Amino acid sequence: MLISLFITCYNDTLFPGTGKSVVRVLERLGHTVEFREAQTCCGQMHYNTGYHPEAVTIMKKFVADFLDAEIVCIPSSSCVAMIRDHYPKMAKEAGLEKEVAELVPKVFEFTEFLTDKLGVTDVGATYPHSVTMHTSCHALRSLDCGDRPQRLLKAVRGLDYLELPAGDQCCGFGGTFAIKNAEVSTAMLSEKMRSVLDTGAEVCTGSDNSCLMHIGGGLTRQRGTARCVHIAEILASEEGDQ
Amino acid sequence: MSIRVGESAQAATFPKAAKKLLQNTQLRRNVRRATDTIRGKRDKVVDEMPDWQALRTAGQQIKKRTLRNLDSYLVQFEKACTAAGGKVHWARDADEANAIIIGIIQSHGQKEVIKVKTMTSDETRLNHALEAVGIEPYETDLADLIIQLGHDKPSHIVVPALHKNKSEIRQIFMDTMGLKELGHAPEDLAAAARNFLRERFLRVKVGFSGANFAVAETGSVCVVESEGNGRMCVTLPDVLITMFGVEKIVPSFDDLEVFLQLLPRSATGERMNPYNSIWTGVTPGDGPKEFHVVLLDNGRTKVLADEESRETLHCIRCAACLNACPVYRQTGGHAYGSIYSGPIGAILTPQLQGMEHSTSLPYASSLCGACYEVCPVKINIPEILIHLRRKIVESGGAALTERMGMAVAGYTLADSSRLGKAQKLVQLGRQPLDAIGLPGWSAARDLPTIPTQTFREWWKTRGAK
Repeated sequence: MLISLFITCYNDTLFPGTGKSVVRVLERLGHTVEFREAQTCCGQMHYNTGYHPEAVTIMKKFVADFLDAEIVCIPSSSCVAMIRDHYPKMAKEAGLEKEVAELVPKVFEFTEFLTDKLGVTDVGATYPHSVTMHTSCHALRSLDCGDRPQRLLKAVRGLDYLELPAGDQCCGFGGTFAIKNAEVSTAMLSEKMRSVLDTGAEVCTGSDNSCLMHIGGGLTRQRGTARCVHIAEILASEEGDQ
Repeated sequence: MSIRVGESAQAATFPKAAKKLLQNTQLRRNVRRATDTIRGKRDKVVDEMPDWQALRTAGQQIKKRTLRNLDSYLVQFEKACTAAGGKVHWARDADEANAIIIGIIQSHGQKEVIKVKTMTSDETRLNHALEAVGIEPYETDLADLIIQLGHDKPSHIVVPALHKNKSEIRQIFMDTMGLKELGHAPEDLAAAARNFLRERFLRVKVGFSGANFAVAETGSVCVVESEGNGRMCVTLPDVLITMFGVEKIVPSFDDLEVFLQLLPRSATGERMNPYNSIWTGVTPGDGPKEFHVVLLDNGRTKVLADEESRETLHCIRCAACLNACPVYRQTGGHAYGSIYSGPIGAILTPQLQGMEHSTSLPYASSLCGACYEVCPVKINIPEILIHLRRKIVESGGAALTERMGMAVAGYTLADSSRLGKAQKLVQLGRQPLDAIGLPGWSAARDLPTIPTQTFREWWKTRGAK
């Protein structure tokens, strides 16, 4: 299968390791990955903050960049949620209904792509650490991810999975919310960090580097004992990596 | 005509108010404990319903149909209520509503009124208007009484005093009821309130209530409650005045079947409310001799006119969204500067009284979607928040720095070579960013270490191999 990777703007800039891991996992499973260099962003930040025309411009670009792709794989639940939940409505205003209707079913978040499209849970990874998982709100409520990420994690050799208490509660990131309402955002973060540390896990993982950047930024500031790692990086790990 | 929602036009912005409230650790503990308890009860009684999702859809559809034909349902209600001996008044805004109510009380030469279950009267600041003309309002809901005696403000739609704990309430009662001794148990506090209120129930000649539902077909009004004070307020006085927002109408009596299941389970985690009062006009020899209804618009028809956010008017004030909201959980209701707090407040207050007064409220959410998930009438609150944000930006309500930042980001993200250059800049800014941090972010969170190579740069080197 020829899989087109949409890396997302912030993974591209801040978390290239996540993208490399996606490539490693998909190639290990025998697939070919392409990276279309014209790609930039899905428009989520603009759309959620109220900047509609900018978001529509970015959507048009995404549609043009990926319309003829066989499959689009994205290591970010919130970007996939943006495309699935909001593109159809935005497409009406932009006169792109047909194109968006064609493209949206080909777009998958990385973990759901593995479990639902490729039908694998054991991706041949080894990761000898205790791991808890923060399910981002978009993965939970928009993508309805269920236990897909957990099934993948539990199949990793050496991995000790620990359930996160109050797992359905938002970590407080929320895009520009984290800046506009910094105090409330960090109050929410405190609760999330307490939950993470209560598990005693070495690693907190998730399918969104945005939440993980927020939780991880709080944990390093507090000299917390856990660190944040994107789920793609865990699934890419092999014996001898650590 | 001027629309106001309580004192919210003068309220501090959400981030400012929230910052202050976050310092009150007792309040935050009270809010966390109370919302955890109600949420737990709600989840239990919702999970036992096999047809819950179908009920939600039914509730949503009834509300949609009502709003599409609201004009005729309201007239139908007026006819039925009038035929049953009631008198219906129409109020365009808060001032008109208050004037109508004061006129009725004064026409009977009365100086006191007992009140139950009314948020619209907080919206119109009725108590303030009554006191200004020498009429004494007595709140009879236990929580509203605590708020009134403590000169406080409600912090929750269903449990207005949820930010107070037992010992704080005991102190308020001691200070204001003239009690020398008072026990610490909840029963002691309830008994003190009962003694305080009972005499007023029996003496005061005018009652005032809100309504949970009003039935167009029959002209009936429905109030649900837990304490029995509502039943006394709507049956004991000679004159009863009931005010509610125009969106409280349901077409037929049968529709109550849906809402009387959705509301108690969502609001208090009860299968049924202990008291369900439904009455129609006046019944000679039984209950009030005179019954007035005040239909309040106060900005609701303006909300109705916006198709994108019209479903805000579906709300049945169960407050499930407050109890589920991780933002409300941290701050409580006062941060929202309005009687309507939490996620529903963040969309309702700005729409009722106009955006210019409340541009920070639609941003008081991380868009996590917990509110939409629990809403018994399926109001897509995150979608409406985004819609309102768009309206704020389009009307020039966003800060200049934000507008400039978003314009630059939009320009950059429209082209991958521009993005590549911007990424170079971020890499160059690595050390200064590390040293001084990012305003708004770095007070409590570290920034990630900025990599020396972007993914797209790595991909190029990979292709060259």
